[in-house]
Amino acid sequence: MSSSGVNEGRRRFLIGATSAVGAVGAGFAAVPFVQSWQPSAKAKTAGAPVVADISKLEVGQRMTVEWRGRPVWILRRTPEAMASLKKIEGELRDPLSNESNQPEYTKNEARARTETSDIIVLIGICTHLGCSPLYRPEVAAADLGADWLGGFFCPCHGSKFDFSGRVFKSVPAPTNLDVPPYYFMSDTLIKIGEDGEAA
Amino acid sequence: MSMFQSLMGWVDARFPATKMFEEHMSKYYAPKNFNFWYFFGSLAMLVLVNQLLTGIWLTMMYNPSGEGAFASVELNIMRDVEYGWLIRYLHSTGASAFFAVVYLHMFRGMMYGSYRAPRELVWIFGMLIYLALMAEGFMGYLLPWGQMSYWGAQVIISLFGAIPYVGEALMEWIRGDYLLSGITLNRFFALHVVALPIVILALVVLHIIALHEVGSNNPDGIEIKKLKDENGVPLDGIPFHPYYSVHDIVGVVVFLAVFLTVVFFFPDGGGYLLEKPNFEPANPLKTPDHIAPVWYFTPFYAILRAVPDKLLGVIAMGAAIAILFVLPWLDRSPVKSIRYKGIISKVTLMLFAVNFVILGICGVKQPDLHVEFLPFEMTYRALGQIGTAYYFAYFILMPFWTPIEKCKPVPARVRMGH
Repeated sequence: MSSSGVNEGRRRFLIGATSAVGAVGAGFAAVPFVQSWQPSAKAKTAGAPVVADISKLEVGQRMTVEWRGRPVWILRRTPEAMASLKKIEGELRDPLSNESNQPEYTKNEARARTETSDIIVLIGICTHLGCSPLYRPEVAAADLGADWLGGFFCPCHGSKFDFSGRVFKSVPAPTNLDVPPYYFMSDTLIKIGEDGEAA
Repeated sequence: MSMFQSLMGWVDARFPATKMFEEHMSKYYAPKNFNFWYFFGSLAMLVLVNQLLTGIWLTMMYNPSGEGAFASVELNIMRDVEYGWLIRYLHSTGASAFFAVVYLHMFRGMMYGSYRAPRELVWIFGMLIYLALMAEGFMGYLLPWGQMSYWGAQVIISLFGAIPYVGEALMEWIRGDYLLSGITLNRFFALHVVALPIVILALVVLHIIALHEVGSNNPDGIEIKKLKDENGVPLDGIPFHPYYSVHDIVGVVVFLAVFLTVVFFFPDGGGYLLEKPNFEPANPLKTPDHIAPVWYFTPFYAILRAVPDKLLGVIAMGAAIAILFVLPWLDRSPVKSIRYKGIISKVTLMLFAVNFVILGICGVKQPDLHVEFLPFEMTYRALGQIGTAYYFAYFILMPFWTPIEKCKPVPARVRMGH
């Protein structure tokens, strides 16, 4: 072959080099196509984090804000409510939230940031079939039984959750209520939908 | 010379029309012992044409937006457009028919060893068609934008969320939003009506070119090309056209009788072809009581649910499909066809078919329910787990039993009358 004056080595190098450049070019050309599938500016705006002002939220009270089309509850729990969390651990399906969805920093008994553990942020959608459960803080409510220590009750199919949104055993909901990412911008402002720097 | 001949002469000098017709039709020699099972390849082509034709028409009447999709199907297509209902039912029933004939076509291949050398690529192209078809079916099911469309897609997309680290970001990328929305519907529409049909058509061409290169297998698993007459024509072969082209018309008539009975009298197939919650518009805040995929996905859905861990379940489901790709290398039997294989192959293949149906049933039922047709207590979850174990064991153990079982001698010529 070399007798015909063809430099095989150079030919291989040129084929290799042009193929590599072509592959890089194809890679760059793919970027706009791949990126165009990301949420658009409009979708991002609609899904942007929301800020909630909790300065008027009293102890034991709950407020609701909307984030990404879903109700988000913010609840300032009473000391009694906090104390109840430990007592009912044995009746819960997933007390340590191993099977449930929450940011890592809320994977604890209070399912809240540890420095502000009395305030809990929950997505108010039952993990069973998407109804919105009711806030039932009253202890031993008539319809929920004498040993009811307060929490959330889903009227659709009777799922029960404690003050941390943890699901009880033998109800239809499979997991605890979801906790969205959130952080405190100040003592009274919570940003929902972002982990913040402290995450 | 007749006018037609001179015209063909003109064309053939410029484009290999006669050559292609001879290669793929009039001089493509197919084994003369094809039986009932060999209808399903042609029928799959027929259903493909039906899907393309009705699909093109449906895009003329459909509105691919979160606000308009449901109404454009249930009001415009089903009620306002003349014969819109028929075109839609042909398409929706066609989707189920496609999977039905493809499953039977694949089972035929498994029975007669049609995936064995030299037909490995025929099998692999076929598997790729099956894969593309599953994507096509899944994306098409979102388009009516009913409750089951929405929540079924939700479940399938959330499977990607099981992938560690990138799962959440990947789901966002697929949906193009933080929840399944009209944006997702739009891109699924584009993929369903443009991208995937092109892919499927290209794969069908590859499947057939590969098949015609090596020649068709047959129920005896005998290579007919080994024995040829003085003209190079296989002794056991007959030209595809006119023999099988005409023969397949019989299959088409029988198929259409069944297919159109479903289209006209049972278009929703008792809730299995069109699920009941899909007559309600998609609602992101309300989940249906019971989410089940359409019947053709249920065997794999049962495998997904058989594994308690979400990620491992997704891997098991993927592996259940992936393992079919390597089937040509798992079967190490000295013979191709089940007719000459040993008793182990015969029994395990029959059980495989029964097991696949059972997995399909498990995928429809709530996992905690008790199996009604068994004399003892067992949940569908447990049954699905046994079925999953058998499904994998069948393939994994195949390389071990196939070389050692006692096979019957294969005759030199194909046998007729079986």
